[in-house]
Amino acid sequence: MSGWQQHLAVAPVALPLLVGAIMVALDEQRARLKAALGLASILLLLGIAVFLAVRLHAGIGPGIAVYSLGSWPASFGIVLMLDRLSALLLVVTALLGLAAQLYALPRWQRMGAHFHALLQFQLMGLNGAFLTGDLFNLFVFFEVLLAASYGLALHGSGVARVKAGLHYIAINLAASLLFLIGVSMIYGVSGTLNMADLAARIPQMPAANRPLLEAGAAILGIAFLVKAAAWPLGFWLVPTYAAASPPAAAIFSMMSKVGLYAIARLALLLFGTGTGASAGFGGTWLVAVGVATIAFGAISVLATQDLPRLAGANVYISSGTLLAAVGAGQVGVTGGALFYLVSSALAIGAFFLLIELLDRGREIGADVLAVTLEAYGDGEEEDEEDDAIGVPIPATMAVLGACFLCCALLLAGLPPLSGFIAKFAMLNALLNPAGLGKGPALIPWSGWALLIALFLSGFATILAMTRAGIRNLWATEDRAVPRVRAIEIAPILMLLLVCVGMTVAAGPVMRYMQATAATLHAPQDYPRQVLGRAR
Amino acid sequence: MELILAIAIGLLASSGVWLLMRPRTFQLIIGLSLLSYAVNLFIFSMGRFPIGAPPILGPGGQGDPASFADPLPQSLVLTAIVISFATTALFLVVMLAARGLTGGDHVDGRPRR
Repeated sequence: MSGWQQHLAVAPVALPLLVGAIMVALDEQRARLKAALGLASILLLLGIAVFLAVRLHAGIGPGIAVYSLGSWPASFGIVLMLDRLSALLLVVTALLGLAAQLYALPRWQRMGAHFHALLQFQLMGLNGAFLTGDLFNLFVFFEVLLAASYGLALHGSGVARVKAGLHYIAINLAASLLFLIGVSMIYGVSGTLNMADLAARIPQMPAANRPLLEAGAAILGIAFLVKAAAWPLGFWLVPTYAAASPPAAAIFSMMSKVGLYAIARLALLLFGTGTGASAGFGGTWLVAVGVATIAFGAISVLATQDLPRLAGANVYISSGTLLAAVGAGQVGVTGGALFYLVSSALAIGAFFLLIELLDRGREIGADVLAVTLEAYGDGEEEDEEDDAIGVPIPATMAVLGACFLCCALLLAGLPPLSGFIAKFAMLNALLNPAGLGKGPALIPWSGWALLIALFLSGFATILAMTRAGIRNLWATEDRAVPRVRAIEIAPILMLLLVCVGMTVAAGPVMRYMQATAATLHAPQDYPRQVLGRAR
Repeated sequence: MELILAIAIGLLASSGVWLLMRPRTFQLIIGLSLLSYAVNLFIFSMGRFPIGAPPILGPGGQGDPASFADPLPQSLVLTAIVISFATTALFLVVMLAARGLTGGDHVDGRPRR
């Protein structure tokens, strides 16, 4: 990249920071101007992200672009590191940001102060975390995105939000302290915080220093697992996400992926293949924790009775699947997992938005009542024969129902949508580690565990989603048709259409994911690109 | 020096963790503050303790590359202090909101009995 285009790499951080800062200065009365600014900023971010991804994918070489802030050479100065994974996640973040922004326009932006500015800062933190090539900067961007998320989680206020927010903030502050301990231990042992420089130094590290390095990496990993909501560190997630306002929850579905991103990035870069004595460090733990998280998520989806908590429980399953897939440490599995990441993040985001539309015009406690009726039988079932035929479904409910069906298919991983393709890619790679048709290979226990967990969690999700769908869309109880505006359905349709697009164009998208996975599994390319020298 | 610092970090961290487990929001925030002090000292200690060493270069531009006070952990501590200060202030606001909404200072929002 040359000329002005090379500076585009810093735009995903600088643009939302600038726009957010302008918004803070604007009066709260000028909501229309703020909304227009926010929308323009997010659309621009989406354009830049797509441009970066396409450019990076079409270019030759390993597909790693480096942007030195202030033109200081890497390992002294701070660098932004743009590879296919970062570019992909920038696109997904911008998509979810756009959906949240659009959805908030009619109602939610007026429910509290500074929604637009907080959303911009949230996007800045997310983009920065995906782009940075420096461990301490990762911490700073984590804090930026968390600070914005504290505001967004409390957006709209109310007892439930404040109670959940209190726990959420306390846990994240404690996790941030762990993050700092891990980062400083790694610095103390290796003398650098640049990720690529670390990848170059770790293979040569003397054996006496390795226990300290691994302890630091493990503490760092625990901090990330808290943010990724892995079992048993993620009990904060469901109350917070279920209480948060829907646009905030939609963007949070990307936030829980940041912890996973950090784990994937560092595990593959620092402890990937060919990194000396520490290669594969923590992989077994990741698989074990991931499978436990999937199991916990599967039980949670079956046990939950209301829709927001069901969506939160789906985040557990998604996190667990990704953790275990990263831990498996195979190129093919990682490629499938990346496909799954995009598909599940978009689907969960759409689901969080959809839930609020479904919940409108519904009495509080109706869910509990419905379950009770299911369990103990309903005495009124006999006298419903008279009007069983010819009750029309209102158009709004039909659209909402179609969206719900799409979300269910995507989350459960059923054909024909992209969730199935992602799961199929992961299963295929697990069953044929050497490639399809290359003869039988020994599948490790971790592969079998992940395989079974994937099947069972898909099954649990179908059951839970079907139950929720029947209860909410086909319920016989008298209920008002929710009043829904087109601009509120539009972001849900947009997210689902992207998933449909990923299904139709599965070939090129999967090639991109596999190229991303191949880059991630070749950590020796990073020092060469970032530091300009071989390890 | 090492021993004194290690004991100080240990004391701060253990008191912080103890307070973190307590049920009142005030104890929680003091616990988090103590923990962040411990972490800041810990980060500082990761730069080793070269006593009387210059920051990279001494007066007149001479310096010994084998012995200088590492400036990086100090700047990390500075950043960490600023961030933890800001997030603690933010947390305080949420606590006041919780106090106002629930009428108690229990972390689970139970009213005072």
